[in-house]
Amino acid sequence: MRRKRSHEPVFWSLFGAGGVVVAFILPAMVVASGLAIPLGFLSVDQLSYDRIHEFSRTWYGGVFLFFTISLSFWHGLHRIYLSLHDLGVHHYRQFYRWLCYGLAMTGTVFTAFFLFLS
Amino acid sequence: MSSRKTYVRPMKGWWLKNPFYVRYMIRESTSVFVTLYAAILLSGLICLSRGEDAWQLWISVMNHPLFIVFHFLALAACLYHAVTWFKVAPKVAPNFYIGSRRVPDMTITLIQYIIAVVCYFLLYWIIWRF
Repeated sequence: MRRKRSHEPVFWSLFGAGGVVVAFILPAMVVASGLAIPLGFLSVDQLSYDRIHEFSRTWYGGVFLFFTISLSFWHGLHRIYLSLHDLGVHHYRQFYRWLCYGLAMTGTVFTAFFLFLS
Repeated sequence: MSSRKTYVRPMKGWWLKNPFYVRYMIRESTSVFVTLYAAILLSGLICLSRGEDAWQLWISVMNHPLFIVFHFLALAACLYHAVTWFKVAPKVAPNFYIGSRRVPDMTITLIQYIIAVVCYFLLYWIIWRF
């Protein structure tokens, strides 16, 4: 008899990869995109449209942005889904499962699409 | 059909009763900031693809005090996540050996801290120089 396989390893792998991104890359990204200009670490020119746009169009810039954004979504939303249990949300598990992983998938597709557009 | 009212143990505030659980819940709550920040980055990418005016608008929104406060919280969340991540990594990863001696957990955690700091400076340097 064939047993139905769990999807958990797939989502856990994305969660794990995302965890690495959040630990090694996101702190510096948060500072760069959200705090550097107000705190004076970077000038407005250094985050100008021309520079960032040029970076996002290189293959390594595109790969970097794609994995940073999409894996952060997968990491965060997997953890939010599991935390619902800790918060006592036991109803509609399937709905929340689709909602969380659906949002992560949407974020991934949007990231790829707008990287392609830019 | 009978409708039964079974007793369900209330869960509210269970994690406040033990500092270990409090730290666990703080770790789990970092995911909310990570997800919101991912959405903010995605919105930046969308603005970037819309042209220079949209990008300038995004940058000016990021300079709003509320967003600055959010980014401070998000930074704290990411760093808290990093600390917990580096701490459990030696327990998740296979054992490493140098010769016949197993590399201690502390060493693996410390090496990750060093790599992380190198990553942060490298990223900052790339933005600075690119």
